[in-house]
Amino acid sequence: MSKITINIDGRDVQTQEGEYILNAARANDIFIPAICYLTRCSPTLACRICLVEADGKQVYACNAKAKDGMNIITSTPTIQSERRAIMEVYDVNHPLQCGVCDQSGECELQNYTLEIGVDSQSYAIKDVDRSSHDWGHLHYDPGLCIVCERCVTVCKDMIGDNSLKTIARGSDAIEAEYKESMPKDAYAMWNKLNKSVIGLTNGTDVLDCTSCGECAAVCPVGALVDTDFMYKSNAWELKQIPATCGHCSAGCQISYDVKHTSIENPENKIYRVMNEWNYVSLCGAGRYGFDYENRVSAKETAAFAKAIEAFKKADTVAFTSTITNEEAYLLQKMKEKFGYKLVNNEAKAFQTFLSDYSDISGTKLYGSDLKAAHNANFVISVGAALKSDNPNARYALNNSMTVNKGAGLYFHPVSDPIIEGLGKSIMSVKHAPLQEEAVMYLILDLFADKSKLSSELVAYLASFHSKKTITVTETVKEKVVEIIKEMKKNEESGEEEEVEVEKSTMVNKEVSKEVEVDENALLALVNADKSFVEELDKNLKKKDAFSLIVGPDFYTHPNAKNLARLVALVEKYSDFEVVMIPPLTNSLGVALICELDDTKGNFTIGYNTKGDFTLSALGDGDLDMPAINQQEGTLTSINKRVNPTNAALEYKGYELNDIANALGLKADNVIDYTAKLPVAAGFKTEEFDALPNRYENDGTEVRGYILENITLKVSDDETVQMYNNAKLEGTIVYIANPVRQFTAFTNKTTALSQVGGVYMSEEFLSKSDLNEGDSVRIKSSTGELVVKIISDNKIAGDIALLPTYDSKINPEVITSGYRFAVASIEKV
Amino acid sequence: MKNTEVFNNRNVSENGYYLVDIADYPTDGWGKFKRVVKRTFRGELFVGLWVVLREMIKFDIHTIQYPQEKMPIGPRYRAVHEMKRLWESDAERCIGCGLCEKICISNCIKMDTRIDEHSRKEVSEYTINLGRCIFCGYCAEVCPELAITHGGEYEQASEQREHFVDYSYMLTPLDKMKAGTQVEFEGFGSITPHEDERVKKTPLAY
Repeated sequence: MSKITINIDGRDVQTQEGEYILNAARANDIFIPAICYLTRCSPTLACRICLVEADGKQVYACNAKAKDGMNIITSTPTIQSERRAIMEVYDVNHPLQCGVCDQSGECELQNYTLEIGVDSQSYAIKDVDRSSHDWGHLHYDPGLCIVCERCVTVCKDMIGDNSLKTIARGSDAIEAEYKESMPKDAYAMWNKLNKSVIGLTNGTDVLDCTSCGECAAVCPVGALVDTDFMYKSNAWELKQIPATCGHCSAGCQISYDVKHTSIENPENKIYRVMNEWNYVSLCGAGRYGFDYENRVSAKETAAFAKAIEAFKKADTVAFTSTITNEEAYLLQKMKEKFGYKLVNNEAKAFQTFLSDYSDISGTKLYGSDLKAAHNANFVISVGAALKSDNPNARYALNNSMTVNKGAGLYFHPVSDPIIEGLGKSIMSVKHAPLQEEAVMYLILDLFADKSKLSSELVAYLASFHSKKTITVTETVKEKVVEIIKEMKKNEESGEEEEVEVEKSTMVNKEVSKEVEVDENALLALVNADKSFVEELDKNLKKKDAFSLIVGPDFYTHPNAKNLARLVALVEKYSDFEVVMIPPLTNSLGVALICELDDTKGNFTIGYNTKGDFTLSALGDGDLDMPAINQQEGTLTSINKRVNPTNAALEYKGYELNDIANALGLKADNVIDYTAKLPVAAGFKTEEFDALPNRYENDGTEVRGYILENITLKVSDDETVQMYNNAKLEGTIVYIANPVRQFTAFTNKTTALSQVGGVYMSEEFLSKSDLNEGDSVRIKSSTGELVVKIISDNKIAGDIALLPTYDSKINPEVITSGYRFAVASIEKV
Repeated sequence: MKNTEVFNNRNVSENGYYLVDIADYPTDGWGKFKRVVKRTFRGELFVGLWVVLREMIKFDIHTIQYPQEKMPIGPRYRAVHEMKRLWESDAERCIGCGLCEKICISNCIKMDTRIDEHSRKEVSEYTINLGRCIFCGYCAEVCPELAITHGGEYEQASEQREHFVDYSYMLTPLDKMKAGTQVEFEGFGSITPHEDERVKKTPLAY
């Protein structure tokens, strides 16, 4: 990709070779009207309003690529008449009830109608029945729909659910006279529009998807709205608080839209969450899980005094990573001053994994981010239940496949119909739990540059290969010549006579051949299909950007150290760029800031986790703490970015900083610590108030700052342990959440609240004598618990899922750290 | 309309405008003294007293006995708000669009909306803080449904003027609708004459 110069309306602008004209114009603040185009998705060509003239030829700015020296005019009289006609067509039969539309003025139809100056209507067609549909969490009103297909495009190209499609409208044909009298593109656009409305791909009238709500977010009109938000508030009444989502490590930029609760109650309430959908896509937890705030009526002085007492007595602080960087820094300061042990298992595992990885890679952090995965065209995911561990990583995988014509490999023991449904070019490999090392060896074997790898490793990888003679049957085409006698009319005599004619035909013939092939024992170890090599070869054609997503299964793996070293080797000796999914919201920040300990002492303060004295933002502890949507601070995301977040709602109680102040550390606000975050770990000395939180017109992310990836000393030792044949067999339980759930905070919200249980696939249930709703006892070597069965059609296969989001279920008793465990499931 | 056209031309030299002839004020002390003596002994006080006495005897009293008696007020008078109903169905005209809440310059209108059982937008509560309202009439002007209007009720004295006016108080009572005595507001926001001629028609296929 090289820089080129194009000329738009007399202005020279710099852009990339192959960039769409529309994006080049937008990046340089030149306005070209466009409705159906979504940045990061493929052009839909539904609205045709982005018509421009490039070198004297009319093209669509959203799908015409810029060429060096191109001359572009964004508006000519012909284009203006096309645009005017297009907007008039969009206004045909559109209800004039903007007063009760939930878009409430944030409407692109309204904006463009006024921008183009439509003040009269020239077209008409008989309307059809377009009554509204309730699709579950979304409400669709075809009467308002302009069929720009943005919802369909985002669902296909970004999310990967493919839940929406266009269906027949059942309308009359457009009157013939319009074909002559109307501008050409406007007629073509109307012709398409008149044939379709939006429907569901599953054939029912209820959505069955991962419920991200992105389709409603991208809707330019009020056709698709969140059912919960319907008619609650006008957009202009809501105050937008820029923030960072606090549910997972993706750290998506969101804005909390707040307003007073009601006329009687002036206290602010979050009504909805909005996002810059051109540059960031949310998951269902981010969009609907917003009201997890901890409402406290006043400061509880008695509880606070007890907390101070407890802190004086305690020798350990146990916490989860759903805290800000500043709070993590506070805990570290308290450790340094008072000698507390800091216990956080999930961050500790990640920290150790990162440090083992650094031994070979020579950098403190992994080298890549999710943006690179979006832009890659071959993505591998290992060790992650991708759709629930980090939905944005799933979007990156899907986006790379749909828009960059990419392909992917998904290694995981739990088969996932959502991932398999992303497209034909994703290959799912269902390996046995504990076999992650075999997967990493396979990746090394397939992709690493063997000339650079150590000779022992090359020899070790070669030991998996063997030559094998197999018999293949091939179909060969053979020419067969036949002599047939035919009756033919002699033209001279006019009589029929017998003539011999030579006829040759091609006949398929099957031939068996003995061929010597290479057999890779690693493929059998990871349970890859027989056609794996063949398909992979096909998928690897024309691929030049590779990305490897490493998930949380690796961090708690018994051989995590070896896995970390293998990941580093893959990054070092192959074209793959590595990104690791931090297990929780701010695990990366905690891992970088805190020195963590393994074991608890005698008296533990629990922060968002059970302790002898519990501080809790969930409201169930001894002292209340603010939730992330009530706090200012920064969160470190998977993209190695330190993102600022603001308090959307008021918090009247005590926070961790008050305790720290009472114990002798002095800071007016917890954000005073933002500039003090450890530079040695890659943080910068920037004040909180100086941190931006926005996207530029060209999609540049201007949010907080990117951590510096500190270079460390590398040891020359690149040895890795041999593959270990241990695997889990029998009934297996996996610790993972269903979609839209991450922690007890997501479960606390009104839209997502549910009762947890053990999640089993429909396939699993039909094979066993268990039914949905049954109580079962899950017993492993470490402990047991009794839960109800929930049938989940978003997983397949025979591994049951135990969630962590329901605080009434503690899955830790089942495992010894690793996310998979062998357990028996019995009805009680 | 025609009568006011006269006043549109503000050119003083044309339309028969003239300056009122006012005698010069005295500037020196002697002149001022003469004016005081003249005013004191002209007996103007008794002229006034005679008028009062005469009218008392005639019993021709023009004073309005407020609050027993009230002056009729114009149809455009902007006093306490009313919420009108539809003539056809007696249903509330307000659709809950929130424009009045938005336009209100003293920020005294608040409304809560929700979805009703017919999947339509419904106003669940609506209040105007009359303590802050300046009766500018913008809310009535912006209302697309002629729902919120001003009424003729100008008495709003109470111990607490900030007492809200709520939705049920403002709505035209149903018995008034049955009797057909709801009065349309003619002031700000009402339909101007010749509106039909100014509307451009949209083609419809049926």
